[in-house]
Amino acid sequence: MADTGFVQKEKLNDFLNELSKDAVVYAPCLEGDTVIFKAFDSGTTLCLDRPANNPPKLVVFPQSETLFSFKYKKDAEDPRKMSVELEANTDFPRAIIFGARPCDAKGFRIYDSVYIDTNTPDPYYKGRREKTMIATLCCSAPSPGCFCVAVGGGPAHREGSDVLITQLEKGYFIEPVTEKGRAILNVPRIEDGEQYAEEAHKRQLESHDLVRNPFAEDGQPKISRALFDLDEFWEHVVSKCLSCGACTYLCPTCYCFNITDEQALNNGERIRSWDGCMFSHFTLEGSGHNPRPTKFKRFKNRVGHKFLYYPEKYNGVIACCGCGRCIRHCPVSVDISEIVSYLRGPRFEFTNEPPESMGTDTNSQEQKQ
Amino acid sequence: MTENKNPYLPDLATVIKVIDETPNIKSYQVILNDPEKMKMFSYEPGQVGQLSVFGVGESTFVINSPPTRMDYLQFSVMRVGEVTSVIHELHEGDQIGVRAPLGNWFPYEDMKGKKILFIGGGIGLAPLRTLILFMLDNRADYGDITILYGSRTPPDLCYKDDLKEWESRSDVSLILTVDTEYPGWDKRTGFVPTVLNEIAPSPEDTIAITCGPPIMIKFVLQNLAKLNFKDENIITTLEARMKCGIGICGRCNIGSKYICKDGPVFSLAQLKEYRAEI
Repeated sequence: MADTGFVQKEKLNDFLNELSKDAVVYAPCLEGDTVIFKAFDSGTTLCLDRPANNPPKLVVFPQSETLFSFKYKKDAEDPRKMSVELEANTDFPRAIIFGARPCDAKGFRIYDSVYIDTNTPDPYYKGRREKTMIATLCCSAPSPGCFCVAVGGGPAHREGSDVLITQLEKGYFIEPVTEKGRAILNVPRIEDGEQYAEEAHKRQLESHDLVRNPFAEDGQPKISRALFDLDEFWEHVVSKCLSCGACTYLCPTCYCFNITDEQALNNGERIRSWDGCMFSHFTLEGSGHNPRPTKFKRFKNRVGHKFLYYPEKYNGVIACCGCGRCIRHCPVSVDISEIVSYLRGPRFEFTNEPPESMGTDTNSQEQKQ
Repeated sequence: MTENKNPYLPDLATVIKVIDETPNIKSYQVILNDPEKMKMFSYEPGQVGQLSVFGVGESTFVINSPPTRMDYLQFSVMRVGEVTSVIHELHEGDQIGVRAPLGNWFPYEDMKGKKILFIGGGIGLAPLRTLILFMLDNRADYGDITILYGSRTPPDLCYKDDLKEWESRSDVSLILTVDTEYPGWDKRTGFVPTVLNEIAPSPEDTIAITCGPPIMIKFVLQNLAKLNFKDENIITTLEARMKCGIGICGRCNIGSKYICKDGPVFSLAQLKEYRAEI
């Protein structure tokens, strides 16, 4: 069997149709002007030109999923009493993510440490993850906001991918990364990729230096704890944040969730849904006490989680994959890479006027007024 | 099925007794429906559990009966929100879900031979109760036991039967206080942190364990420091909004530590190390 494959450009849809026979294929598709990951079928229009607006995390970690269903039953002997039956959801269909970007694939590795490599593995995430093949498209050019190289990634980074796809003039070079990924070479309509390998590997390296690195030449930002713990810093850098939470929903590594019950008559379900640490009710306790009562504290937690707390727990790995979605799609242009670059210190003085280096966009503020 | 591998799937349990503690706190004694599971159930003092009312949701409560008394598991519930309001409607025989035990526990081995000072406020006595009863069941292992407990008014004092018993024991010193004067109350008045200053316990060979509302804990910690208690000899048990109970969902973290999994029991030394804002 060949070690690599190739799919002609004009045969890509046919190839995806072949893939769809065996699994649900999620691919970046046009929906109006936006590109979103959704189940591919004959009615969808594939778009591989730019990274999707949303990450493919929903395939393994659905926005909303049933953990278990419950059923109340009347006791046959004593009709005043009710018994309960529980049934866990174990329905995890086979899936293929086609056209994830290397940052998206790396995002799953951030999840894995929390959801799988623990003494209480999450059976839902694990179940779906095991049944999902991730075929990643290397980036030929960075999009605005991208900074993957600053957080240990890159436009052809392999971590988290089962298959790496490189776009060439005539089509797509397909290279398995894991054992699971080798299965893709058995799909009909795939040619031997060997003659394209050299060109592809050259292409993979081309865009690396085009990606901006806002932290340091050698990546991996070192955060000044003194600055991080300064309330004024956070008040300053996130005063414009609207707490809309878009950054958390679009983030390939944000994994916070809520658990709620829904019930109709005697049947119901316990449901897990995405939640976000930018919302004030996220930590609000029944008593009214809120340990993170302001958006400054909440934002500090979000940045802290990705750049301090998670690395502290998981061997220095940063829980940000530099995809830039939170920067591109923030309605008020809050820029996490800018904030983290300030956090490297040295500690600067706060005045009423933001220092020039803060890069506050005065034009956009004027426009709003 | 003896092992529950899905951490989100509760064990089914039955409420066997409901106790009215205060106007807004009730205690629930529950047993797991599967007798084998109930027999094998083991936990440590200070560990918590998630109680489910299916169709409404889950909330976290400490198991406040000690592992030395395994006839049932007891949880005390203050009526404050959606789930707790529905739990307050439960009666004997009603079905609930239990996910337990979760979290860490009081380092009771390290406390052996030491004097123990409990400082509780309101429903904050619940986790302390587990350890108090555990220590009373292993009385010879511990030195003097002092319990300082306060609530807003006398009817708000929890575990009134326990308080009576502890008051009558010669090997326990119980100090009760309520916030302000109250008809028929002839004991101390004043907030718990203030009374702590008044009784000024010696830090000598003593472990202080405190739980109560966040504002009480804050001032108790400050006052213990003024009394020269060392940070590593001050233990508290924290609460936060929790959903998963296994350190994933993201609500209850203090820096990289999760109250549900790495806690709820922490020493003041640890909390300072984690830069907790208390």
